[in-house]
Amino acid sequence: MRTIAHVAVNVFKESVRDKVLYSLVAFATLLIAVSYLIGQLTAGQDVKIIKDLGLAAIATFGLLIAVFIGIGLVWKEVERRSIYGLLSKPIRRHEFILGKYAGLALTLFVNMAMMTVAFYVVLAYMNTQFPAEARSVWPASATDPRMLLAIALIFLELLLVTAIALFFSTFSSPFLSAALTFGLWVVGHFNADLRNFESVVETRTAAHLARALYYVLPNFAAFDVKAQVVHALPVPSAYVATTAAYGIAYIALLLTGAVVIFARRDFK
Amino acid sequence: MKWRMALLCVFLFGAVVGLQALHEQRGGPLVRPVSNLLYVRSPEVMSRMALSYDALLADLYWIRAVQHYGGTRLSVEPDRQYDLLYPLLDLTTSLDPRFNVAYLFGSIFLSEMPPGGPGRPDLAIALLEKGLRAQPARWEFAQAIGFVQYWWRQDYQQAALWFRRASELPQAPDWMAPLAATTLAQGGNRQSSRLLWLHIARTAEVDWYRNEARRRLQQLDAMDQLDLLQRAVDAFRGRQGMAPSSWADLREAGYLRGTPADPTGTPYRLQSGAVMLDPRSRLNPLPVEPPRLR
Repeated sequence: MRTIAHVAVNVFKESVRDKVLYSLVAFATLLIAVSYLIGQLTAGQDVKIIKDLGLAAIATFGLLIAVFIGIGLVWKEVERRSIYGLLSKPIRRHEFILGKYAGLALTLFVNMAMMTVAFYVVLAYMNTQFPAEARSVWPASATDPRMLLAIALIFLELLLVTAIALFFSTFSSPFLSAALTFGLWVVGHFNADLRNFESVVETRTAAHLARALYYVLPNFAAFDVKAQVVHALPVPSAYVATTAAYGIAYIALLLTGAVVIFARRDFK
Repeated sequence: MKWRMALLCVFLFGAVVGLQALHEQRGGPLVRPVSNLLYVRSPEVMSRMALSYDALLADLYWIRAVQHYGGTRLSVEPDRQYDLLYPLLDLTTSLDPRFNVAYLFGSIFLSEMPPGGPGRPDLAIALLEKGLRAQPARWEFAQAIGFVQYWWRQDYQQAALWFRRASELPQAPDWMAPLAATTLAQGGNRQSSRLLWLHIARTAEVDWYRNEARRRLQQLDAMDQLDLLQRAVDAFRGRQGMAPSSWADLREAGYLRGTPADPTGTPYRLQSGAVMLDPRSRLNPLPVEPPRLR
Protein backbone atom coordinates (compact mmCIF):
# COMPACT_ATOMS: atom_id res chain seq x y z
CA MET A 1 0.00 0.00 0.00
CA ARG A 2 2.87 2.37 0.84
CA THR A 3 4.45 1.65 -2.53
CA ILE A 4 1.20 2.54 -4.30
CA ALA A 5 1.04 5.77 -2.30
CA HIS A 6 4.65 6.62 -3.24
CA VAL A 7 3.97 6.12 -6.95
CA ALA A 8 0.73 8.11 -6.65
CA VAL A 9 2.44 11.07 -4.97
CA ASN A 10 5.09 11.07 -7.67
CA VAL A 11 2.46 11.13 -10.42
CA PHE A 12 0.78 14.07 -8.68
CA LYS A 13 4.09 15.94 -8.32
CA GLU A 14 4.88 15.30 -11.97
CA SER A 15 1.52 16.64 -13.10
CA VAL A 16 2.09 19.78 -11.00
CA ARG A 17 5.51 20.15 -12.67
CA ASP A 18 3.80 19.68 -16.06
CA LYS A 19 1.64 22.76 -15.26
CA VAL A 20 -1.61 20.75 -15.26
CA LEU A 21 -3.01 23.00 -12.55
CA TYR A 22 -2.79 25.92 -14.99
CA SER A 23 -6.15 24.66 -16.22
CA LEU A 24 -7.58 26.17 -13.02
CA VAL A 25 -6.57 29.64 -14.17
CA ALA A 26 -8.29 29.03 -17.52
CA PHE A 27 -11.40 27.77 -15.72
CA ALA A 28 -11.58 30.73 -13.32
CA THR A 29 -10.95 33.25 -16.12
CA LEU A 30 -13.66 31.65 -18.28
CA LEU A 31 -16.25 31.73 -15.50
CA ILE A 32 -15.49 35.29 -14.40
CA ALA A 33 -15.51 36.57 -17.99
CA VAL A 34 -18.80 34.83 -18.76
CA SER A 35 -20.47 36.00 -15.55
CA TYR A 36 -19.54 39.56 -16.53
CA LEU A 37 -20.72 39.23 -20.14
CA ILE A 38 -23.77 37.05 -19.72
CA GLY A 39 -26.09 39.85 -18.59
CA GLN A 40 -25.42 41.65 -21.88
CA LEU A 41 -26.10 38.60 -24.04
CA THR A 42 -29.22 36.98 -22.68
CA ALA A 43 -32.66 37.85 -21.35
CA GLY A 44 -32.74 36.34 -17.86
CA GLN A 45 -31.42 32.93 -16.80
CA ASP A 46 -27.93 34.32 -16.01
CA VAL A 47 -27.43 32.04 -13.00
CA LYS A 48 -28.72 28.98 -14.85
CA ILE A 49 -26.26 29.65 -17.68
CA ILE A 50 -23.35 30.11 -15.23
CA LYS A 51 -24.31 26.83 -13.53
CA ASP A 52 -24.53 24.97 -16.86
CA LEU A 53 -21.26 26.44 -18.05
CA GLY A 54 -19.43 25.82 -14.77
CA LEU A 55 -20.49 22.17 -14.57
CA ALA A 56 -19.72 21.58 -18.26
CA ALA A 57 -16.32 23.28 -17.90
CA ILE A 58 -15.44 21.17 -14.83
CA ALA A 59 -16.35 18.04 -16.83
CA THR A 60 -14.42 19.15 -19.93
CA PHE A 61 -11.22 20.25 -18.18
CA GLY A 62 -11.32 17.05 -16.15
CA LEU A 63 -11.89 14.93 -19.28
CA LEU A 64 -8.92 16.50 -21.06
CA ILE A 65 -6.67 15.92 -18.03
CA ALA A 66 -7.92 12.34 -17.57
CA VAL A 67 -7.37 11.40 -21.21
CA PHE A 68 -4.13 13.21 -22.04
CA ILE A 69 -2.34 12.37 -18.80
CA GLY A 70 -3.92 8.93 -18.51
CA ILE A 71 -2.65 7.76 -21.92
CA GLY A 72 0.91 8.78 -21.05
CA LEU A 73 1.08 7.22 -17.59
CA VAL A 74 2.64 3.93 -18.70
CA TRP A 75 3.80 4.91 -22.18
CA LYS A 76 6.09 7.69 -20.88
CA GLU A 77 7.94 5.32 -18.56
CA VAL A 78 8.45 2.86 -21.40
CA GLU A 79 9.49 5.56 -23.87
CA ARG A 80 12.00 7.10 -21.45
CA ARG A 81 13.18 3.59 -20.55
CA SER A 82 12.74 4.55 -16.89
CA ILE A 83 10.47 1.49 -16.55
CA TYR A 84 13.60 -0.73 -16.31
CA GLY A 85 14.88 1.20 -13.33
CA LEU A 86 11.45 1.26 -11.69
CA LEU A 87 10.73 -2.44 -12.06
CA SER A 88 14.17 -3.38 -10.78
CA LYS A 89 13.19 -1.70 -7.49
CA PRO A 90 10.91 -3.44 -4.99
CA ILE A 91 7.78 -2.36 -6.87
CA ARG A 92 5.47 -5.05 -8.08
CA ARG A 93 3.82 -4.44 -11.45
CA HIS A 94 0.27 -4.17 -10.07
CA GLU A 95 1.50 -1.63 -7.49
CA PHE A 96 2.96 0.40 -10.31
CA ILE A 97 -0.33 0.43 -12.26
CA LEU A 98 -2.49 1.11 -9.21
CA GLY A 99 -0.10 3.83 -8.01
CA LYS A 100 -0.20 5.53 -11.41
CA TYR A 101 -3.99 5.41 -11.38
CA ALA A 102 -4.24 6.72 -7.80
CA GLY A 103 -1.84 9.56 -8.66
CA LEU A 104 -3.95 10.74 -11.56
CA ALA A 105 -7.10 10.35 -9.45
CA LEU A 106 -5.46 12.59 -6.82
CA THR A 107 -4.54 15.17 -9.50
CA LEU A 108 -8.13 15.14 -10.77
CA PHE A 109 -9.51 15.43 -7.25
CA VAL A 110 -7.34 18.45 -6.38
CA ASN A 111 -8.12 20.06 -9.73
CA MET A 112 -11.86 19.54 -9.42
CA ALA A 113 -11.93 20.64 -5.77
CA MET A 114 -10.28 23.94 -6.67
CA MET A 115 -12.54 24.43 -9.70
CA THR A 116 -15.56 23.77 -7.47
CA VAL A 117 -14.42 26.43 -5.01
CA ALA A 118 -13.95 28.95 -7.86
CA PHE A 119 -17.36 27.95 -9.25
CA TYR A 120 -19.14 28.60 -5.93
CA VAL A 121 -17.30 31.91 -5.45
CA VAL A 122 -18.55 33.14 -8.85
CA LEU A 123 -22.10 31.92 -8.06
CA ALA A 124 -22.02 33.62 -4.66
CA TYR A 125 -21.04 36.85 -6.41
CA MET A 126 -23.86 36.39 -8.97
CA ASN A 127 -26.25 35.89 -6.07
CA THR A 128 -25.47 39.40 -4.83
CA GLN A 129 -26.32 40.90 -8.24
CA PHE A 130 -30.04 40.08 -8.06
CA PRO A 131 -32.72 41.44 -5.71
CA ALA A 132 -34.46 39.05 -3.32
CA GLU A 133 -37.63 39.28 -5.46
CA ALA A 134 -35.79 37.92 -8.53
CA ARG A 135 -34.01 35.23 -6.50
CA SER A 136 -37.30 34.00 -5.03
CA VAL A 137 -38.45 32.60 -8.40
CA TRP A 138 -35.27 30.62 -9.10
CA PRO A 139 -35.83 26.87 -8.87
CA ALA A 140 -32.77 26.60 -6.57
CA SER A 141 -30.47 29.08 -4.86
CA ALA A 142 -27.36 30.20 -6.75
CA THR A 143 -25.08 28.34 -4.35
CA ASP A 144 -27.28 25.25 -4.13
CA PRO A 145 -25.17 22.56 -2.38
CA ARG A 146 -26.91 19.85 -4.45
CA MET A 147 -24.61 20.79 -7.33
CA LEU A 148 -21.91 18.95 -5.40
CA LEU A 149 -23.81 15.75 -6.24
CA ALA A 150 -23.45 16.45 -9.98
CA ILE A 151 -19.75 17.27 -9.44
CA ALA A 152 -19.24 14.04 -7.49
CA LEU A 153 -20.76 12.02 -10.34
CA ILE A 154 -18.60 13.93 -12.87
CA PHE A 155 -15.58 12.94 -10.75
CA LEU A 156 -16.65 9.31 -10.82
CA GLU A 157 -17.15 9.51 -14.59
CA LEU A 158 -13.63 10.95 -14.96
CA LEU A 159 -12.20 8.17 -12.79
CA LEU A 160 -13.78 5.73 -15.25
CA VAL A 161 -12.31 7.64 -18.22
CA THR A 162 -8.90 7.56 -16.50
CA ALA A 163 -9.19 3.79 -16.01
CA ILE A 164 -10.04 3.36 -19.70
CA ALA A 165 -7.07 5.55 -20.76
CA LEU A 166 -4.73 3.67 -18.42
CA PHE A 167 -6.03 0.32 -19.67
CA PHE A 168 -5.31 1.22 -23.30
CA SER A 169 -1.96 2.79 -22.43
CA THR A 170 -0.70 -0.55 -21.09
CA PHE A 171 -0.60 -2.05 -24.59
CA SER A 172 -0.99 0.65 -27.26
CA SER A 173 0.50 3.94 -28.44
CA PRO A 174 -0.67 7.27 -26.95
CA PHE A 175 -2.42 8.33 -30.15
CA LEU A 176 -4.38 5.10 -30.41
CA SER A 177 -5.14 5.15 -26.66
CA ALA A 178 -6.49 8.72 -26.90
CA ALA A 179 -8.60 7.84 -29.96
CA LEU A 180 -10.01 4.71 -28.30
CA THR A 181 -10.70 6.48 -25.00
CA PHE A 182 -12.47 9.40 -26.68
CA GLY A 183 -14.31 6.94 -28.92
CA LEU A 184 -15.59 4.99 -25.94
CA TRP A 185 -16.54 8.19 -24.15
CA VAL A 186 -18.61 9.33 -27.14
CA VAL A 187 -20.20 5.90 -27.68
CA GLY A 188 -20.91 5.71 -23.96
CA HIS A 189 -23.27 8.65 -24.33
CA PHE A 190 -25.30 6.82 -26.99
CA ASN A 191 -25.99 3.93 -24.67
CA ALA A 192 -29.73 4.57 -24.52
CA ASP A 193 -29.89 4.40 -28.33
CA LEU A 194 -28.22 0.98 -28.32
CA ARG A 195 -30.92 -0.25 -25.95
CA ASN A 196 -33.63 0.87 -28.35
CA PHE A 197 -31.79 -0.33 -31.47
CA GLU A 198 -34.04 -3.38 -31.85
CA SER A 199 -36.99 -1.16 -32.68
CA VAL A 200 -35.24 0.23 -35.79
CA VAL A 201 -33.42 -2.85 -37.18
CA GLU A 202 -35.07 -5.85 -38.78
CA THR A 203 -32.45 -8.55 -38.23
CA ARG A 204 -32.44 -10.23 -34.87
CA THR A 205 -28.65 -10.62 -34.96
CA ALA A 206 -28.11 -6.87 -35.19
CA ALA A 207 -30.62 -6.29 -32.41
CA HIS A 208 -28.87 -8.84 -30.17
CA LEU A 209 -25.48 -7.34 -30.97
CA ALA A 210 -26.72 -3.86 -30.06
CA ARG A 211 -28.24 -5.23 -26.87
CA ALA A 212 -24.93 -6.90 -25.98
CA LEU A 213 -23.00 -3.67 -26.63
CA TYR A 214 -25.49 -1.82 -24.45
CA TYR A 215 -24.53 -4.01 -21.51
CA VAL A 216 -20.79 -4.14 -22.23
CA LEU A 217 -19.90 -0.57 -23.19
CA PRO A 218 -19.54 2.01 -20.40
CA ASN A 219 -22.74 3.99 -19.90
CA PHE A 220 -21.40 7.53 -19.45
CA ALA A 221 -24.86 9.09 -19.80
CA ALA A 222 -25.76 7.60 -16.39
CA PHE A 223 -23.28 9.91 -14.65
CA ASP A 224 -24.87 13.05 -16.08
CA VAL A 225 -27.29 14.65 -13.59
CA LYS A 226 -26.26 18.24 -14.35
CA ALA A 227 -29.64 19.27 -15.80
CA GLN A 228 -31.49 17.75 -12.84
CA VAL A 229 -29.54 19.64 -10.19
CA VAL A 230 -29.64 22.93 -12.13
CA HIS A 231 -33.44 22.68 -12.41
CA ALA A 232 -33.67 21.48 -8.77
CA LEU A 233 -35.29 18.20 -9.80
CA PRO A 234 -34.99 15.23 -7.45
CA VAL A 235 -32.12 12.77 -8.01
CA PRO A 236 -33.11 9.61 -6.12
CA SER A 237 -30.43 8.33 -3.75
CA ALA A 238 -31.00 4.79 -5.10
CA TYR A 239 -30.07 6.07 -8.57
CA VAL A 240 -26.88 7.70 -7.26
CA ALA A 241 -25.95 4.54 -5.33
CA THR A 242 -26.52 2.28 -8.37
CA THR A 243 -24.53 4.61 -10.64
CA ALA A 244 -21.68 4.83 -8.11
CA ALA A 245 -21.60 1.05 -7.74
CA TYR A 246 -21.64 0.65 -11.54
CA GLY A 247 -18.75 3.13 -11.91
CA ILE A 248 -16.66 1.49 -9.18
CA ALA A 249 -17.26 -2.01 -10.61
CA TYR A 250 -16.30 -0.89 -14.13
CA ILE A 251 -13.16 0.87 -12.84
CA ALA A 252 -12.17 -2.27 -10.89
CA LEU A 253 -12.67 -4.36 -14.05
CA LEU A 254 -10.50 -2.06 -16.17
CA LEU A 255 -7.75 -1.80 -13.56
CA THR A 256 -7.71 -5.58 -13.23
CA GLY A 257 -7.41 -5.84 -17.01
CA ALA A 258 -4.63 -3.26 -17.03
CA VAL A 259 -2.75 -5.09 -14.27
CA VAL A 260 -3.08 -8.44 -16.08
CA ILE A 261 -1.86 -7.04 -19.42
CA PHE A 262 0.98 -5.09 -17.81
CA ALA A 263 2.09 -8.15 -15.80
CA ARG A 264 2.40 -10.19 -19.01
CA ARG A 265 4.23 -7.48 -20.91
CA ASP A 266 7.83 -8.22 -21.88
CA PHE A 267 10.10 -5.16 -21.66
CA LYS A 268 13.28 -6.87 -22.86
CA MET B 1 21.28 41.22 -30.01
CA LYS B 2 18.66 41.42 -27.27
CA TRP B 3 17.92 45.05 -28.13
CA ARG B 4 17.58 44.24 -31.81
CA MET B 5 15.09 41.48 -31.06
CA ALA B 6 13.13 43.75 -28.71
CA LEU B 7 13.04 46.49 -31.37
CA LEU B 8 11.95 43.96 -33.99
CA CYS B 9 9.12 42.82 -31.67
CA VAL B 10 8.00 46.42 -31.07
CA PHE B 11 8.13 47.12 -34.81
CA LEU B 12 6.13 44.01 -35.67
CA PHE B 13 3.60 44.71 -32.92
CA GLY B 14 3.17 48.26 -34.26
CA ALA B 15 2.74 46.88 -37.77
CA VAL B 16 0.03 44.46 -36.59
CA VAL B 17 -1.91 47.21 -34.79
CA GLY B 18 -1.44 49.66 -37.71
CA LEU B 19 -2.60 47.14 -40.31
CA GLN B 20 -5.63 46.24 -38.18
CA ALA B 21 -6.52 49.97 -37.98
CA LEU B 22 -6.09 50.27 -41.77
CA HIS B 23 -8.27 47.19 -42.24
CA GLU B 24 -10.98 48.76 -40.07
CA GLN B 25 -10.69 52.08 -41.93
CA ARG B 26 -11.33 50.27 -45.21
CA GLY B 27 -14.59 48.82 -43.92
CA GLY B 28 -13.53 45.75 -41.95
CA PRO B 29 -14.23 42.18 -43.02
CA LEU B 30 -15.99 41.53 -46.31
CA VAL B 31 -19.74 41.09 -46.04
CA ARG B 32 -20.63 37.42 -45.99
CA PRO B 33 -23.17 36.38 -48.62
CA VAL B 34 -25.22 34.42 -46.06
CA SER B 35 -25.40 35.82 -42.55
CA ASN B 36 -28.24 33.79 -41.07
CA LEU B 37 -27.40 30.14 -41.12
CA LEU B 38 -28.39 27.29 -38.88
CA TYR B 39 -26.28 24.24 -39.66
CA VAL B 40 -28.32 21.75 -37.65
CA ARG B 41 -32.07 22.27 -37.61
CA SER B 42 -33.14 18.90 -36.32
CA PRO B 43 -33.61 18.91 -32.52
CA GLU B 44 -33.28 15.10 -32.47
CA VAL B 45 -29.89 15.17 -34.22
CA MET B 46 -28.62 18.00 -32.03
CA SER B 47 -29.76 16.26 -28.84
CA ARG B 48 -27.68 13.22 -29.82
CA MET B 49 -24.67 15.25 -30.91
CA ALA B 50 -24.70 17.20 -27.64
CA LEU B 51 -23.47 14.19 -25.59
CA SER B 52 -23.56 15.43 -21.98
CA TYR B 53 -23.45 19.11 -22.99
CA ASP B 54 -27.14 19.42 -23.87
CA ALA B 55 -27.92 22.03 -21.19
CA LEU B 56 -24.94 24.17 -22.19
CA LEU B 57 -25.87 23.92 -25.87
CA ALA B 58 -29.43 24.92 -24.95
CA ASP B 59 -28.00 28.04 -23.28
CA LEU B 60 -25.98 28.86 -26.40
CA TYR B 61 -29.01 28.44 -28.68
CA TRP B 62 -31.07 30.57 -26.28
CA ILE B 63 -28.45 33.36 -26.38
CA ARG B 64 -28.41 33.03 -30.17
CA ALA B 65 -32.24 33.28 -30.29
CA VAL B 66 -32.17 36.44 -28.13
CA GLN B 67 -29.41 37.94 -30.29
CA HIS B 68 -31.23 37.00 -33.51
CA TYR B 69 -34.48 38.56 -32.29
CA GLY B 70 -32.81 41.71 -30.94
CA GLY B 71 -30.49 42.09 -33.92
CA THR B 72 -33.30 41.69 -36.47
CA ARG B 73 -35.59 44.02 -34.53
CA LEU B 74 -32.93 46.74 -34.46
CA SER B 75 -31.92 46.13 -38.08
CA VAL B 76 -32.64 48.87 -40.62
CA GLU B 77 -33.02 46.35 -43.46
CA PRO B 78 -36.45 46.83 -45.10
CA ASP B 79 -36.97 43.07 -45.62
CA ARG B 80 -35.72 41.88 -42.23
CA GLN B 81 -36.70 38.32 -41.47
CA TYR B 82 -36.99 36.44 -38.19
CA ASP B 83 -36.75 33.12 -40.02
CA LEU B 84 -34.31 31.52 -37.57
CA LEU B 85 -36.26 32.45 -34.45
CA TYR B 86 -38.54 29.41 -34.21
CA PRO B 87 -35.86 26.83 -35.18
CA LEU B 88 -33.52 28.32 -32.54
CA LEU B 89 -36.22 28.21 -29.85
CA ASP B 90 -37.20 24.69 -30.92
CA LEU B 91 -33.57 23.55 -30.57
CA THR B 92 -33.22 25.31 -27.20
CA THR B 93 -36.29 23.67 -25.73
CA SER B 94 -35.49 20.25 -27.21
CA LEU B 95 -31.99 20.29 -25.69
CA ASP B 96 -33.35 21.47 -22.33
CA PRO B 97 -37.10 20.75 -22.08
CA ARG B 98 -37.22 22.61 -18.73
CA PHE B 99 -35.88 25.89 -20.11
CA ASN B 100 -39.03 27.73 -19.01
CA VAL B 101 -37.92 31.21 -20.00
CA ALA B 102 -37.29 30.04 -23.57
CA TYR B 103 -40.95 28.95 -23.88
CA LEU B 104 -42.37 32.07 -22.24
CA PHE B 105 -40.14 34.72 -23.83
CA GLY B 106 -39.98 32.78 -27.07
CA SER B 107 -43.77 32.96 -27.37
CA ILE B 108 -43.64 36.72 -26.82
CA PHE B 109 -40.94 37.17 -29.45
CA LEU B 110 -42.80 34.98 -31.96
CA SER B 111 -46.18 36.69 -31.45
CA GLU B 112 -44.99 40.26 -31.88
CA MET B 113 -46.31 41.72 -35.13
CA PRO B 114 -43.90 42.94 -37.86
CA PRO B 115 -41.65 44.87 -37.81
CA GLY B 116 -41.17 44.19 -34.08
CA GLY B 117 -41.39 40.43 -34.57
CA PRO B 118 -42.35 37.72 -37.04
CA GLY B 119 -46.09 37.94 -36.20
CA ARG B 120 -46.47 34.18 -35.76
CA PRO B 121 -48.85 33.54 -32.84
CA ASP B 122 -49.40 30.03 -34.28
CA LEU B 123 -45.72 29.18 -33.68
CA ALA B 124 -45.88 30.81 -30.26
CA ILE B 125 -48.76 28.51 -29.33
CA ALA B 126 -46.91 25.49 -30.80
CA LEU B 127 -43.87 26.32 -28.65
CA LEU B 128 -45.97 26.69 -25.50
CA GLU B 129 -47.87 23.47 -26.21
CA LYS B 130 -44.48 21.75 -26.51
CA GLY B 131 -43.66 23.18 -23.06
CA LEU B 132 -46.92 21.82 -21.67
CA ARG B 133 -46.15 18.38 -23.08
CA ALA B 134 -42.77 18.47 -21.31
CA GLN B 135 -44.19 19.87 -18.06
CA PRO B 136 -47.97 19.32 -17.96
CA ALA B 137 -48.34 20.98 -14.54
CA ARG B 138 -46.91 24.41 -15.50
CA TRP B 139 -49.83 26.83 -15.30
CA GLU B 140 -47.64 29.60 -16.73
CA PHE B 141 -47.60 27.92 -20.17
CA ALA B 142 -51.39 27.52 -20.24
CA GLN B 143 -51.76 31.16 -19.17
CA ALA B 144 -49.30 32.24 -21.88
CA ILE B 145 -51.32 30.37 -24.55
CA GLY B 146 -54.44 32.14 -23.26
CA PHE B 147 -52.55 35.41 -23.48
CA VAL B 148 -51.51 34.82 -27.12
CA GLN B 149 -55.10 33.90 -27.99
CA TYR B 150 -56.35 37.01 -26.20
CA TRP B 151 -53.90 39.64 -27.29
CA TRP B 152 -52.68 38.57 -30.72
CA ARG B 153 -55.55 36.48 -32.08
CA GLN B 154 -58.40 38.22 -30.27
CA ASP B 155 -59.99 34.80 -29.86
CA TYR B 156 -61.59 35.40 -26.45
CA GLN B 157 -63.35 32.03 -26.31
CA GLN B 158 -60.04 30.21 -26.68
CA ALA B 159 -58.29 32.64 -24.34
CA ALA B 160 -60.89 32.06 -21.61
CA LEU B 161 -60.58 28.30 -22.14
CA TRP B 162 -56.81 28.41 -21.63
CA PHE B 163 -57.05 30.75 -18.62
CA ARG B 164 -59.57 28.31 -17.12
CA ARG B 165 -57.22 25.40 -17.86
CA ALA B 166 -54.34 27.32 -16.22
CA SER B 167 -56.47 28.02 -13.14
CA GLU B 168 -57.03 24.28 -12.69
CA LEU B 169 -53.31 23.46 -12.63
CA PRO B 170 -51.40 23.16 -9.34
CA GLN B 171 -50.02 26.37 -7.80
CA ALA B 172 -52.01 28.58 -10.20
CA PRO B 173 -52.59 32.03 -8.65
CA ASP B 174 -56.02 32.99 -7.31
CA TRP B 175 -56.59 35.63 -9.98
CA MET B 176 -56.50 33.11 -12.83
CA ALA B 177 -60.10 31.84 -12.48
CA PRO B 178 -61.62 35.38 -12.32
CA LEU B 179 -59.48 36.31 -15.33
CA ALA B 180 -61.02 33.42 -17.29
CA ALA B 181 -64.51 34.58 -16.33
CA THR B 182 -63.78 38.24 -17.18
CA THR B 183 -62.28 37.29 -20.53
CA LEU B 184 -65.33 35.23 -21.43
CA ALA B 185 -67.76 37.94 -20.35
CA GLN B 186 -65.96 41.04 -21.64
CA GLY B 187 -63.27 39.72 -23.98
CA GLY B 188 -61.42 42.46 -25.80
CA ASN B 189 -62.41 44.97 -23.20
CA ARG B 190 -59.60 47.42 -22.52
CA GLN B 191 -60.16 46.94 -18.80
CA SER B 192 -59.60 43.18 -19.01
CA SER B 193 -56.44 43.82 -21.07
CA ARG B 194 -55.27 46.18 -18.34
CA LEU B 195 -55.95 43.51 -15.72
CA LEU B 196 -53.90 40.97 -17.68
CA TRP B 197 -50.88 43.26 -18.15
CA LEU B 198 -51.11 44.44 -14.55
CA HIS B 199 -50.75 40.86 -13.34
CA ILE B 200 -47.80 40.32 -15.67
CA ALA B 201 -46.14 43.56 -14.51
CA ARG B 202 -46.49 42.42 -10.90
CA THR B 203 -45.39 38.83 -11.36
CA ALA B 204 -42.85 38.84 -14.25
CA GLU B 205 -39.57 37.22 -13.27
CA VAL B 206 -37.26 39.42 -15.29
CA ASP B 207 -36.91 43.14 -15.84
CA TRP B 208 -37.34 42.99 -19.60
CA TYR B 209 -40.81 41.40 -19.42
CA ARG B 210 -41.82 43.61 -16.48
CA ASN B 211 -40.85 46.71 -18.46
CA GLU B 212 -42.70 45.42 -21.52
CA ALA B 213 -45.83 44.95 -19.37
CA ARG B 214 -45.48 48.51 -18.07
CA ARG B 215 -45.15 49.77 -21.65
CA ARG B 216 -48.33 47.90 -22.60
CA LEU B 217 -50.13 49.48 -19.63
CA GLN B 218 -48.93 52.89 -20.80
CA GLN B 219 -50.27 52.07 -24.27
CA LEU B 220 -53.69 51.30 -22.77
CA ASP B 221 -53.58 54.58 -20.84
CA ALA B 222 -52.63 56.39 -24.04
CA MET B 223 -55.56 54.77 -25.88
CA ASP B 224 -57.95 56.03 -23.15
CA GLN B 225 -56.43 59.52 -23.39
CA LEU B 226 -56.63 59.50 -27.21
CA ASP B 227 -60.35 58.67 -27.00
CA LEU B 228 -60.93 61.56 -24.56
CA LEU B 229 -58.95 64.00 -26.69
CA GLN B 230 -60.74 62.88 -29.85
CA ARG B 231 -64.07 63.51 -28.15
CA ALA B 232 -62.89 67.04 -27.24
CA VAL B 233 -61.81 67.66 -30.88
CA ASP B 234 -65.16 66.37 -32.15
CA ALA B 235 -67.01 68.62 -29.68
CA PHE B 236 -64.96 71.61 -30.88
CA ARG B 237 -65.77 70.77 -34.49
CA GLY B 238 -69.46 70.47 -33.61
CA ARG B 239 -69.52 73.90 -32.02
CA GLN B 240 -67.14 75.80 -34.33
CA GLY B 241 -67.99 74.04 -37.58
CA MET B 242 -64.33 73.33 -38.30
CA ALA B 243 -61.59 71.15 -36.81
CA PRO B 244 -59.04 72.81 -34.52
CA SER B 245 -55.74 73.52 -36.26
CA SER B 246 -53.65 73.20 -33.09
CA TRP B 247 -53.87 72.42 -29.37
CA ALA B 248 -53.91 76.19 -28.77
CA ASP B 249 -57.39 76.37 -30.39
CA LEU B 250 -58.68 73.78 -27.92
CA ARG B 251 -57.01 75.58 -25.00
CA GLU B 252 -58.55 78.92 -25.99
CA ALA B 253 -61.98 77.27 -26.31
CA GLY B 254 -61.61 75.88 -22.78
CA TYR B 255 -61.37 72.19 -23.71
CA LEU B 256 -57.80 71.81 -22.47
CA ARG B 257 -55.50 73.44 -19.93
CA GLY B 258 -52.14 72.55 -21.48
CA THR B 259 -50.50 70.59 -24.29
CA PRO B 260 -51.52 66.96 -23.84
CA ALA B 261 -48.71 64.39 -23.69
CA ASP B 262 -48.74 60.60 -23.69
CA PRO B 263 -47.64 58.63 -20.55
CA THR B 264 -44.01 58.74 -21.72
CA GLY B 265 -44.12 62.57 -21.87
CA THR B 266 -44.19 62.88 -25.67
CA PRO B 267 -46.87 65.40 -26.81
CA TYR B 268 -49.80 64.02 -28.80
CA ARG B 269 -50.17 65.13 -32.39
CA LEU B 270 -53.26 66.84 -33.82
CA GLN B 271 -53.53 66.50 -37.58
CA SER B 272 -56.60 67.32 -39.76
CA GLY B 273 -58.93 66.85 -36.80
CA ALA B 274 -57.45 63.48 -35.80
CA VAL B 275 -55.55 62.94 -32.53
CA MET B 276 -52.65 60.49 -32.67
CA LEU B 277 -49.38 59.49 -31.06
CA ASP B 278 -46.28 61.33 -32.13
CA PRO B 279 -44.29 59.00 -34.46
CA ARG B 280 -41.30 59.44 -32.13
CA SER B 281 -43.20 58.09 -29.11
CA ARG B 282 -41.91 54.73 -27.90
CA LEU B 283 -45.52 53.63 -27.42
CA ASN B 284 -45.82 53.13 -31.19
CA PRO B 285 -47.42 51.08 -32.63
CA LEU B 286 -50.56 50.89 -30.49
CA PRO B 287 -52.31 47.51 -30.36
CA VAL B 288 -55.13 46.96 -32.80
CA GLU B 289 -58.50 46.70 -31.11
CA PRO B 290 -61.45 44.69 -32.45
CA PRO B 291 -63.72 46.90 -34.62
CA ARG B 292 -66.71 46.39 -32.29
CA LEU B 293 -64.88 48.23 -29.52
CA ARG B 294 -63.70 51.19 -31.55
